[in-house]
Amino acid sequence: MSLFDKFQPIIDIRADLAALGVMPFGAVTEKILSPTEAVVDGHKVILAGTNNYLGLTFDPECIAAAKQALDEMGTGTTGSRMANGTFIGHVQLEQELAEFFARQHAIVFSTGYAATMGMGSTLAGRGDIIVLDADSHASIYDGVRLGGAEVIRFRHNDPTDLEKRLRRLGDRIDKTLIIVEGIYSMVGDQARLAEIAEVKRKYGGMLLVDEAHSLGMLGAHGRGVAEAAGVEKDVDFIVGTFSKSLGAIGGYCVSDHPQLEAIRFAIRSYIFTASPSPSTIASTRVALRLMQERPELRQRLWDNAQRLYDGLKDLGLQVSPQVSPVVAVTIKDRNQAIAAWTHLLHHGAYVNLVMPPASPTNDSLLRCSVSAAHSTEQIDRIIAAFAALPAANTG
Amino acid sequence: MADYNTFLAQIYEVLKPFAKHGLILNEDCELVTELGLTSLQVMELIEHIEDHFDISVPLNILPDIRTIQDLAQQLENLSPDA
Repeated sequence: MSLFDKFQPIIDIRADLAALGVMPFGAVTEKILSPTEAVVDGHKVILAGTNNYLGLTFDPECIAAAKQALDEMGTGTTGSRMANGTFIGHVQLEQELAEFFARQHAIVFSTGYAATMGMGSTLAGRGDIIVLDADSHASIYDGVRLGGAEVIRFRHNDPTDLEKRLRRLGDRIDKTLIIVEGIYSMVGDQARLAEIAEVKRKYGGMLLVDEAHSLGMLGAHGRGVAEAAGVEKDVDFIVGTFSKSLGAIGGYCVSDHPQLEAIRFAIRSYIFTASPSPSTIASTRVALRLMQERPELRQRLWDNAQRLYDGLKDLGLQVSPQVSPVVAVTIKDRNQAIAAWTHLLHHGAYVNLVMPPASPTNDSLLRCSVSAAHSTEQIDRIIAAFAALPAANTG
Repeated sequence: MADYNTFLAQIYEVLKPFAKHGLILNEDCELVTELGLTSLQVMELIEHIEDHFDISVPLNILPDIRTIQDLAQQLENLSPDA
């Protein structure tokens, strides 16, 4: 017996992959050629497995702002937001996020994980209750486990099951936080937020929505699923990330509850980590502005999503239940999925390989994501790479 | 509200398909190592029980559940009448 015994399943999978001569987890991007093209593990590919939804990573304005911040503010803050790590840019970004979301308060975190995990672990503690969607992201599960609240999960995206859970709580509803996501990251399905908000209105509790994959994609202003569903008033807290549509790294929480300003100083993932670098904050601020100034990016993203979804569906592949910037192809057998992932890489398309337990079921996924920066021709080349898969690889 | 034996009977009912190769279910059966349930199947088992008894089972109790007996005991402990 040793400390390492519990890692044996991971060691076994790594050995299986090594025997096949592939390593999908941690494929090395050797050169980035554009927001949508790179050299990965020696292969020139179209990037169809990033979260660069609006394609802003190489935007000249974002890069110029980051360079200027580097020159003027240095490479890092070297400290916590609570100590020396709150620079003027952090405060300005918080104001801009609050304005964008039409909320009173905003907190900027160092990563999206720190934002979601921090809010989940801090808002509800011992004696409180969390009711979360079963397919919630690991950062949500990690947070609620850390906080020590009683954690109850409801069936994925099932407002009827949520209602049962809330009804059973009785008077304890007053100490309950409901957590859902806007767009779920693995297969790209959208939360049934109008119905979830209706259940919340009927029973009570507070509602936190993680819009990590929906910022800039949905709603008249790009505020996400809550805006698109017309239920922003019912959402107490919105959390999200700068590492997807805004092309940088960092996270946020916005709310109208004035208590957020006090809660800030209770969130350990906010206090006990260094704040985002000035250059990161600078590019994020520009990306947030560009996202609002260029609604055509959103349209382009959805056109690309529709084209990829239709193309893969027409090939007879088992695709996600609804059109989304995340298009996941289900492959039942793990080894077939690994072979298909490798084949796609060799044929010019990088996608994400997702295997259980990271996938929501026992099936594996070839998770594709589109960008507003993809050209129509690139989308067609991704579809062509899938079309060239040997039938034996698609189960 | 249900007691230990009522929970036990329902657990046996749901786990019937897992009693393969002549295995007879008993309270000491281990859900994962013996019956071969995956983590997803453990969650499905819990969902069956939640629906049947109209209760919610907190995830917090899962680390303490290894056997059928552990599960029945934890469910009884949740019951307001326990």
